[in-house]
Amino acid sequence: MAGSIKELSKEEYLLKGHGACAGCSLAISLRLLFKALGNKIVMVVPACCTSVIPGPYPYTSLAVPVQNMLFEATGATASGVVAAFHRRGIKDVTVVGWAGDGGTVDIGIQALSGAAERGTDFIYICYDNEAYGNTGMQRSGATPYGAWTTTTPTGKKERKKDTPFIMAAHRIPYIATACSSYPIDFINKLRKAKEIEGTKYIHILAPCPTGWRYDTSKTVEIGRLAVQTGMWVLFEIENGKFKFNPPSNRLIDKAKRRPVKEYLTLQGRFRNLTEDDIERIQKWVDEDWERYCKLASNQYV
Amino acid sequence: MSIAPKTCKEMPVTTLSIPTVGSMGKTGSWRTFRPVVDYSKCTRCTLCWIYCPDGAITRQEDDSPKIDYDYCKGCGICSNECPVKAITMEREGE
Repeated sequence: MAGSIKELSKEEYLLKGHGACAGCSLAISLRLLFKALGNKIVMVVPACCTSVIPGPYPYTSLAVPVQNMLFEATGATASGVVAAFHRRGIKDVTVVGWAGDGGTVDIGIQALSGAAERGTDFIYICYDNEAYGNTGMQRSGATPYGAWTTTTPTGKKERKKDTPFIMAAHRIPYIATACSSYPIDFINKLRKAKEIEGTKYIHILAPCPTGWRYDTSKTVEIGRLAVQTGMWVLFEIENGKFKFNPPSNRLIDKAKRRPVKEYLTLQGRFRNLTEDDIERIQKWVDEDWERYCKLASNQYV
Repeated sequence: MSIAPKTCKEMPVTTLSIPTVGSMGKTGSWRTFRPVVDYSKCTRCTLCWIYCPDGAITRQEDDSPKIDYDYCKGCGICSNECPVKAITMEREGE
């Protein structure tokens, strides 16, 4: 387990000069993925920002084997890659499914559900920028209530899907949430997931300056605020046992969480929210925390 | 580590892309503001290095940052996250 940033490798497998927007947190997350797992990995990437940022053929900025696949087929393709390695007796390669929220929560959920049900031995990572960022910010199942997107110009009227708990219903051995603003937490979760056999699911919050309408320099700050306000909770579910991770474990007391308004008002996508909407979101966040606290104290709901 | 093909004869037979530095060109040209490091203030915490989305900051032997201006897109995360404010953003061309 990594204790500090200085212990991490200086080797880079996301090469300079890739095509991500300035201030993209997906690019930070990709660098952290390679720092955690090295280059003994095979990535399966569906249509998402990660299939665009490596650049045009015949160049790529990802210095690891990557299989680009159709939007809905990440889980199925990863199952095939794992089966091929199994048949050849290769054991030291980690297969990583790396998909956006559209490719996980909406389009790819059937293939992911199938792979989880079969117990395919791979790590599935969903980086969640809460919309279809690559095609110009259309709403997805992961877009939160009230957020502007090009297809919800007055703000989305429905709530965000709770995907980590959809995966928990598959009874897979390891589920975790992470955020690129907390690099050591994310790296430790990846290294833990690598050692576990079976399907592992990690959901990362990926703030997107282009779609969330904030200044590019605030990416890490926004991610940190999402955690400090309780809008995003860092937890892991290991063999059905729920556990908060720092710093979320210090926020169980409601008074220690900052008001969600601080997080919402920094982003242009929430500019249409009324005071009532903000109160409603705060109420939902508090209700979710009550549910998580019950799970953490083993009172299953 | 650029091993990119120069002529069509060197192209791979399948649709296989080759890892190349600068696959989208010199992305430093996207920049409006340039990060400048004040090494006398820097505490070698390496936070700017881990948070740089472009990998344009190299961690040197003594853990101080070195910015590659050919590829830095000028997002300003390093300047915003620096705990001692040792990195300032200056407008290009001034």
